[in-house]
Amino acid sequence: MKFALAVYGAPANSQATQSALHFARALVAQGHEIVRLFFYQDGVNTATAIAQPPQDESNLSEEWQQFVQAHNLDAVVCIAAALRRGVVGQAEAERYKLPGNNLRKGYELSGLGQLLDGALMADRLITFGA
Amino acid sequence: MSHSVCIISTRAPYSGQAAREALDTALVSASYDIETSLLLIGDGVYQLLKEQDAGQIPRKNHSAMLQVLPLYGIETIHVDQVSLDERGISPDALQEGVTIIAGDELPQFIQQHSRVFNF
Repeated sequence: MKFALAVYGAPANSQATQSALHFARALVAQGHEIVRLFFYQDGVNTATAIAQPPQDESNLSEEWQQFVQAHNLDAVVCIAAALRRGVVGQAEAERYKLPGNNLRKGYELSGLGQLLDGALMADRLITFGA
Repeated sequence: MSHSVCIISTRAPYSGQAAREALDTALVSASYDIETSLLLIGDGVYQLLKEQDAGQIPRKNHSAMLQVLPLYGIETIHVDQVSLDERGISPDALQEGVTIIAGDELPQFIQQHSRVFNF
């Protein structure tokens, strides 16, 4: 079955990111296809490269990135939601003259249309953190 | 296959960005020529209160943003009767262009859509 996953919660303030990762791993293990990951609302914080949780705690942003890259997933971060919350790529940093960029490799900043598109492509849209 | 989308918005208008970001999703969906419904449940019903003044927060007036929906072909906003009753909100307190759905009709309403987005 084809799945699209939408993540609305941030690693530091919601269980959504962790639950979504567990679910995504289970999908892959069972041979399902993940046609799109979409990070929206506070979920965009999952894609920041500069969060550093304590050493004895899990680093969900890093775990997500490894999962995305290992399975070559189509991982989209909503650009409007990300700009609002301080998650930017190099292009946005230059465009808005920001002092740095922090988008992890493996993610693409794009519009909300990618959430719609993903949901229409998939047999199921599963939302985490609504 | 032609799709229809139901956007369920469950948060109060100025509680974080959730209401705004649900509305944005509805507008994008409608702009793709997908038949789109916006359904307000739970604290989402507060989005419909008339005479909102968000200037002192300061935020954009959410009610005014909802009023652009007809321009995108979303002619009415659906709202859950039970959620209104639970909060003591009379239909008179709501802005125009609203359709109230009785609690026992809600599941059927949602099922009419091929995709449901929960915010």
